[in-house]
Amino acid sequence: MAVETGRPAQPAASGGPTARGRGRGADVRKPARARRVLSTHWYAWAMIAPVVLVLGVIIGFPLLRGVYLSLTNADERNVGRTIGARTLEPTYEFVGLDNYVEVLTGDVFWGRLAWTVVWTVACVSLTFLIGLALANMLNRAVRGRTLYRIALILPWGIPAFVSVFAWRLLFAGDGMFNAVLTGGGIEGVDWLEHPTWAKLAVITVNIWIGVPFMLVATLGALQSVPGELYEAAEMDGAGPWQRFRNITVPGIRSVSATVILLSTIWTFNMFPVIFLLTGGGPYGSSEILVTEAFNLAFVRSPRDFATSATWGVLILLLLVAFAVLYRRSLRKQGEVW
Amino acid sequence: MTKMPDHAVQQPSTRTRDEALEKVPATPARAVPVTPPARPGRRVRRRGERAPLASVGLHLGLALATAVAVLPPLWLLVTSFKPKHEAFTLDPVKDFTLDNYTHVLGATEFVTWFGNSVFVVVLTVVLGVFISSTTGYALSRFRFPGMRPLLWTLLVTQMFPMAVLIVPLYNLMARMGLLNQPVGLVITYLTIAVPFCAWMMKGFFDTIPISIDESGRVDGLTPFGTFWRLIMPLAKPGLAVTGFYSFVTAWAEVAYASAFMTGEDKLTLARGLQTFVNQYTQDWGSMTAAAVLIAVPAALVFGFAQRYLISGMTAGAVKS
Repeated sequence: MAVETGRPAQPAASGGPTARGRGRGADVRKPARARRVLSTHWYAWAMIAPVVLVLGVIIGFPLLRGVYLSLTNADERNVGRTIGARTLEPTYEFVGLDNYVEVLTGDVFWGRLAWTVVWTVACVSLTFLIGLALANMLNRAVRGRTLYRIALILPWGIPAFVSVFAWRLLFAGDGMFNAVLTGGGIEGVDWLEHPTWAKLAVITVNIWIGVPFMLVATLGALQSVPGELYEAAEMDGAGPWQRFRNITVPGIRSVSATVILLSTIWTFNMFPVIFLLTGGGPYGSSEILVTEAFNLAFVRSPRDFATSATWGVLILLLLVAFAVLYRRSLRKQGEVW
Repeated sequence: MTKMPDHAVQQPSTRTRDEALEKVPATPARAVPVTPPARPGRRVRRRGERAPLASVGLHLGLALATAVAVLPPLWLLVTSFKPKHEAFTLDPVKDFTLDNYTHVLGATEFVTWFGNSVFVVVLTVVLGVFISSTTGYALSRFRFPGMRPLLWTLLVTQMFPMAVLIVPLYNLMARMGLLNQPVGLVITYLTIAVPFCAWMMKGFFDTIPISIDESGRVDGLTPFGTFWRLIMPLAKPGLAVTGFYSFVTAWAEVAYASAFMTGEDKLTLARGLQTFVNQYTQDWGSMTAAAVLIAVPAALVFGFAQRYLISGMTAGAVKS
């Protein structure tokens, strides 16, 4: 709430007080424009300087270097490195767009991209729906609500890599799921060794990890919808579905839009679940773009830095395109974001 | 969260409505539109009341979800107390033992990894929050040329996949001899922490009324003075939460830690846990004990900070 009230007041805060601080007649006199801009904004610029510096040095520079590496043939053998006191000079060469041509004309990239899209859509939509459903359940006077709430957000509090190992314990060949299955007379399944089951397993685990965030976010949004609206609708004879459709949905739209965007980006980039649960296997069937890029540079031998960088740049382009499109579609619907 | 209105709070107003309908002899004009829903023989439920069947369904649904949410960590905990050879039995703990814990703490490098993780994460969080807070303040309070591009940069860098930075950072670290050094990992994690912290701090500063700044300025404080003496003390909860959130994020980072750290004594927890169960060894007992020891502090930190997390994140993100 305070955020919204703070916003309109901002121009006054940035320009006004300085002028006042300079003495009584400051806003009557008109200093030269450039000087005025500098004197108004220098402290704002001073305040953002450290972050701009950090962004430039450890994100901007590596980013440019990554783009450059994607245009070379850098691999394990020809990059520069320091081993003890010896420094090896890099010997890789500029090869232009060769890497991009190679990646974009092969099947691997498109196959991984297709699965990444399926994975992202499945995870985000199911996570959101489950989270919203649970939030709706929790947003009522229900006995033991606090306990339910604590239990339901537990998965969020555990580091993802620990959760993944917990699930591996359940999915393992002689783990709990198979023990239950064989106990029921059904043959056990090689959960993480069969392409389809492995895909289902990684999606399940990711949903399990992601639901608490959705739950808490949508619960907060649901609670911020004024209760009077429901009362008024009920007086006018609206049924539960109509109330949900016409009051709840518009009321939680802006929060939903944000969490879906965040969740999509996180899921698209979700490294630990796949890397630690299946390692991308079996036979790369559960490999998404980021794990493939990682494997290219750090797992497979010989390490292929240039191709990995190429994948990285392509992934970034995809994400930026997605964010821009998403923002535009929100604007069309009249969202302020 | 608990203060938010729910249906229980709203009942008084509806009760007066119901009572008005029951007791006060209503004029025919008012009674006509209300009578159809109240069929004879069926008690009219008040607003917020449920049919018993709906209550059962609600509790069943929530109980099922709770079971799913709790099962994996619970099973991890249970397994950690079993002897190694019983790790995969279905029974709850039959022969309770702490062997796994003593083994992990005594015979492996776990304690070193724990120290490495704490070192890396604390340094990351302190540096990240310290660098970011002034930027968050400037973005929240001032309109200046370059503000929108900066906001966009912060947002875009937050969604940077590690895949785009990991190779160049790896090469840079290799050139500077920082591979396999916790300090290198700190620098790497700052690429995650700084955009994130700046963004979240902006959200927190947005919630502090701007009139406080104005009164400080009227009384003659410089912009920096206002920030440091008035706003920072008020933003302490925000600083803490931003810090805790980056702590939890960095505590669980896998990709950079797996790629950059190789020496047995240099690993962080995220990398170290992988050494128990991989293609060469299958030490599930030690893995579960180590996992519990890693998860407990993280869960405690999370439990402390969680109620503020979501408001900060969505406030910052929505109101940009």
